[in-house]
Amino acid sequence: MNGYGIDPVAIDLHRLMRRQVASLHAHLVTRPTGRAVRTAIQSQLATAGELALSIIDFSDVRVLDFSCADEVVAKLLRQCRPSGEASRAFFVLRGVGDPHLEPIQAVLERHRLAAVAETAPGRCRLVGVPSETEVRVWRCLEERGALSRADVAAHLPDEVDRATLESLVRRGLAFRRPGSGDYLALSNLMRSLME
Amino acid sequence: MHVIRVPSSLDFSTVDGVFRQCAGISEGKALFDAGYLRFVDPQGVVGLLSAGALLKRRLGRTAHLRLPRQASVLGYLARIRFFEQARSFFSMETRRPRETAASSDVLLEITPVTTNSDVHVVVDRVQTRAGTILTRTLGYPLVTVVQFSVVLSEVCQNIIEHAEAPGWVAAQAYYWAKRLERWVLVIAVSDLGRGFRESLAEEHAGRYRGRWADGTALEAAFLHGVTRFTDSGRGQGIQQIRKQVRRWDGLISIRSGTARIADVPEWDDTPVLQEGLSHFPGAQINIVLPALHAGQGGERAESRPGT
Repeated sequence: MNGYGIDPVAIDLHRLMRRQVASLHAHLVTRPTGRAVRTAIQSQLATAGELALSIIDFSDVRVLDFSCADEVVAKLLRQCRPSGEASRAFFVLRGVGDPHLEPIQAVLERHRLAAVAETAPGRCRLVGVPSETEVRVWRCLEERGALSRADVAAHLPDEVDRATLESLVRRGLAFRRPGSGDYLALSNLMRSLME
Repeated sequence: MHVIRVPSSLDFSTVDGVFRQCAGISEGKALFDAGYLRFVDPQGVVGLLSAGALLKRRLGRTAHLRLPRQASVLGYLARIRFFEQARSFFSMETRRPRETAASSDVLLEITPVTTNSDVHVVVDRVQTRAGTILTRTLGYPLVTVVQFSVVLSEVCQNIIEHAEAPGWVAAQAYYWAKRLERWVLVIAVSDLGRGFRESLAEEHAGRYRGRWADGTALEAAFLHGVTRFTDSGRGQGIQQIRKQVRRWDGLISIRSGTARIADVPEWDDTPVLQEGLSHFPGAQINIVLPALHAGQGGERAESRPGT
């Protein structure tokens, strides 16, 4: 186990699809394809530890349709992050280009979900339906990369903001390090785990 | 012998006439007379195939197809691979031309859609060809190639998920000299499934009480994203297709049963909702995407489907 108390799981969607779903299919289209990809991701996640950060890489995916996005992104998040329970599964959608963004945004909106997406190298954003407060607090953490437990009050003096930070952790959009209780942006956590 | 006269111009606006003539035929032999066919677009060819398949289903035998006299129309039907599909539903004379490679304006030859893999085939084919037609002919930015593939994927899945019956898709660019004075890309999809009314009836007809009909079923699916699945992720395909087609200032219509519903851009006068059409058991989706700018698009201005 690394010092962060969370297992990294790298998922290259293009390779996963070609290897496990259909070697002849190059695109993430259709619902059955999406279901098969999601099942493959879930079995990969099953081998990870109790806490896992999954980096789902869209870089080599050219076409992603709405049906497939619903299965691969929305349903995966919904199943791995049941509402009302603190999330133990964290996700970063990596390599999300303009053609992917629209279907991902649409399916997350439909399910009232939010996710962290890397839309340009080193630049992450919240996609889906975060509230304004969530976006503001998430940005505060994202810009700093991390907030130690002791620093939280200084950077987020408003009680509502601090509660929102907790809510981001519960929703799997930020990470609180076990033990120290420090908060980490998922982008920072991803970089640290991948080094 | 029942004779179905195929109009000289067979497209979105005239294909209903073919279904109207087929409506009353339930026994005996049938002949589709396409001898005077001079113009046919993807909606026309896919519609003709559907009509032949319907009559075969009803009569238990293939109808005869009298081929167009014009060599150019025959050549077009060959290029768009009409005969490849038609031989299952029609008997034909032997003078049809050899099927040749697709011409540059045929984006997608008539392609059967029955399985998930067929949708992948459609997307693969379009990915390799759509760039030139969408960017050079229609003047769309390169990014639209992917968006266009997504639209095609979703319309094809509509066949598999809702019709539960085979269908076809075809797409072609051509110049609309009279109607719009610009290039258009026409996408035609047709299936012989159970149609929207029956597909949605079990889940939704009760709420409409006595008003449940082809028109209300189309309104429910097309305008409100209603689907027969209880899964909240379903029903967005058509909504997303509409959104994208609107962005391109295009026309989209769905015909099912006795009704047709459409999103109509300013340049067209198709009614938004038509009811009382002759019955078509499955669904037909028609999408017309106009070029961004008027003009004949340089070297490919002479291209015409079926003429």
